[in-house]
Amino acid sequence: MKLTDKMDAPNLVAAQDGALLLLTASGAWGIRQGATCEKLITQVALRLTHSVICVDLKKVSFLDTAGAWLLQRFQMEQAEQGRQVQFLYEDERFDILLREVDREDVDNPPEKVSGNSFLNYLAGVGEATRQLGRDTRDVLAMLGGLTATVTAAATHPRRLRPVSIAVQFQRSCMGAVPIVCLMSFLIGGIIAQQGGFYLKQFGAEIFVVDLSGILVLREIGVILTAIMVAGRSGSAYTAELGSMKMREEIDALQVTGLRVTEVLILPRLVALMIALPILVFMANLAALFGAGLTCWWYLDIVPNSFIAQLQAAVTVDTLMVGVLKAPFMALIIGLIACMEGMKVEGSAESLGRHTTVSVVKSIFMVIVVDGVFAVFFASIGF
Amino acid sequence: MGQERTEPVSGQGTGRDLVDEREVLLRARDVTVGFGQKLILENLNLDVYRGEVLGFVGASGTGKSVLMRTVLGLNPRRSGSIEVFGQDYDEATDDMRREIEKRWGVLFQQGALFSSLTVKQNVQVPLREHLKLSARLRDELALLKIEMVGLPLDAAEKLPSELSGGMIKRAALARSLAMDPDLLFLDEPTSGLDPIGAAEFDDLIVKLKETLGLTVYMVTHDLDSLHSICDRIAVLSERRVLVEGTIEDMMQVEHPWVKSYFRGARALKRV
Repeated sequence: MKLTDKMDAPNLVAAQDGALLLLTASGAWGIRQGATCEKLITQVALRLTHSVICVDLKKVSFLDTAGAWLLQRFQMEQAEQGRQVQFLYEDERFDILLREVDREDVDNPPEKVSGNSFLNYLAGVGEATRQLGRDTRDVLAMLGGLTATVTAAATHPRRLRPVSIAVQFQRSCMGAVPIVCLMSFLIGGIIAQQGGFYLKQFGAEIFVVDLSGILVLREIGVILTAIMVAGRSGSAYTAELGSMKMREEIDALQVTGLRVTEVLILPRLVALMIALPILVFMANLAALFGAGLTCWWYLDIVPNSFIAQLQAAVTVDTLMVGVLKAPFMALIIGLIACMEGMKVEGSAESLGRHTTVSVVKSIFMVIVVDGVFAVFFASIGF
Repeated sequence: MGQERTEPVSGQGTGRDLVDEREVLLRARDVTVGFGQKLILENLNLDVYRGEVLGFVGASGTGKSVLMRTVLGLNPRRSGSIEVFGQDYDEATDDMRREIEKRWGVLFQQGALFSSLTVKQNVQVPLREHLKLSARLRDELALLKIEMVGLPLDAAEKLPSELSGGMIKRAALARSLAMDPDLLFLDEPTSGLDPIGAAEFDDLIVKLKETLGLTVYMVTHDLDSLHSICDRIAVLSERRVLVEGTIEDMMQVEHPWVKSYFRGARALKRV
């Protein structure tokens, strides 16, 4: 049969032959004609009065499992109503096919239990609550494991795996420098322009320097960088660990006597905790540079007076407020990313879901932690 | 393309004379495939005839899977042509390719089940995409295929990650059979199955071949399958089809690899 060959359309003709009904089937009864065949056979089944039915298959040019199943199903349905269906054929392949598809349980697959929707809803809430408990426990377990590893590393420094840390640092810090700097440069410029636009009306445009300096160093630099890192490295960590989990690589590590926390998680966390403060510092520089350029072009504040005003407005403490938050944010991003990665199950869908959850959770937690720090610094008067 | 190459050594002729008039479902001519500097296949010629089970053997890394992927259009070729169902795959329009793809079934080595769908949904994917069947018939046909490959019915609602290796193979076979294809590609179908499961698998292939006129292209290392179900065997070596013929022909070949494969200690132990 060539690709272009057409198959004959299936047909089913009923004829009365004394006490029995003769159905003559013809044409191709294959899966491609499945819809037509099903229609033909159900139409006939609707107006049956005879108790013995013969189906003549001698004119059927092609039969496959789909066609055979439809015939077999017809026979089974009629048998339930006390009618007898016989098939007439010469081709012995039809015989093998019809016997092959003679399976009763296919027609009555095991029912799925659905249950009450309100109860399902309650069950869902309960399940989510338990999940929250498990999440908390997992985070604590992972933190505990990490602490144990770090403690052990104090006596055996090799267990900190400096090479892995360096590789992870290269990927999550060096690779992120260009995009983080570019983004911060633009944000610095935008803050200066927006602030200048309004302050100019009061002739107070020089305070744009104070505004952008404090805002960038204390908040914007660290928050934006953390969000960028959560999206960039956090998702990568989840996807890496998740696909390793899917392919049983994690199990292979375990049985080889290597600890996942030590080999995979700790290097990533340490690298991220070193990387984020550095990235925040670079982001601060880029943002101040952007703000300085905007001040010069848009507000006619020359670089010299920008720098003088900046020196008066900010101190090293202002910078430290931002940079100090970075390692904590890195820890949270890394922990969430690794934990979500370890929760991935067998399917690609699960990998995608956990990667999404990882990024969303880390960005949310970054903001929460920033809020906590704001309260903390305010109460100690920093 | 185009220069005449010596035909692969036909194993003493017996298999070949018989099949020459039969319809060719798959024809590969002068196929060359390479990655970078390395040539994997060079000027390879191959015919697969309607209704036969062709077993492909070769040492690991000789390019059996590469050839299968090339035939399926998944790997790029340097040169050569591939004809499926009498249609050159390169010259086929999108509609023709869809038509070809409806008429072949593929079982990948690792199963390649869609991991986020249940077994039943996996089997229904081709039915859903290519045909307008009623939901009831689609369900029944999927369950029928699942039963035919020897899976228990409760496996139908399971996800691939909940299945054992052998069950994944069977589920993947059920999916490749969903459309009742004319041409079935199997990449190491019985590897990872227990001997009884493997024998059942072989029986199933034979049954499908007899009833549906199925043509099977099978990459395998299973000597039992080669002996019991393959009508013809092709050996891939030195970047081309080295010999082809029946299992009896293979026993006569003096090439060292073929000899140790079919007449080595492991092969003779089973006789």
